Amino acid sequence: MLHTVNKSPFQNTTLESCIRFARSGDVILLIEDGVLAAQAGNVKKNLLEEALQKCEVFALGADLKARALTDLVPGVKITDYSGFVDLVEQHTTHSWL
Amino acid sequence: MAEDIKKIMFTVRKPPHGTIYVYEGLEVKLIMAAYDADISVVFMDDGVFAVKKGQDTKDLGIKGFAATYGALVDYEITQVYVDRQSMEDRGMTEDDLLVIGEDEDTEEPIKPQVLESAEIAAMMAEQHNILAF
Repeated sequence: MLHTVNKSPFQNTTLESCIRFARSGDVILLIEDGVLAAQAGNVKKNLLEEALQKCEVFALGADLKARALTDLVPGVKITDYSGFVDLVEQHTTHSWL
Repeated sequence: MAEDIKKIMFTVRKPPHGTIYVYEGLEVKLIMAAYDADISVVFMDDGVFAVKKGQDTKDLGIKGFAATYGALVDYEITQVYVDRQSMEDRGMTEDDLLVIGEDEDTEEPIKPQVLESAEIAAMMAEQHNILAF
């Protein structure tokens, strides 16, 4: 399963719900405002740390760059649009809108 | 052929009435029900409010969808599930859930089935497509 999250964890519990339903081996991709969760040292960083125990976590580079996010929660990988397409090709996707 | 039937899940995570998502989602479910698909519907997060019984939208001046939800079984949508944690986090119990139809033989009312998050996650993993509303 691929889970995409596009909401800020500081305004919305979407990321928490996503992590609750994500299973071991699933992939979580942070896009749009979802990438704000990846900022190192943020007050909600335990969410991604928990997710990283069981899932691979990616953030979309274009969204990181647009928001000047360079220092990320350790373990979060960066992907690009073509990587996004590959992930969608490889998995059934649930968009946590 | 059975193996060609697509498994399609609808997840409903938005609350009803504030936006049109839940209404639109219901429309899509009814359309999809006309095709040969294995359809399931899961209410999670604020979506659980969409299946709370007693909704009355008369004073809002909108039709509402409680009656349509009451006929899901008639549309052959019988796999209707509610995430227990989402329901309990919002102060709801199984008694708060609306009826989605009745058993053909016994005429017993049918309600959505309450499941644990892990059970829902396992079902999600089996789908061909998941549509989120």
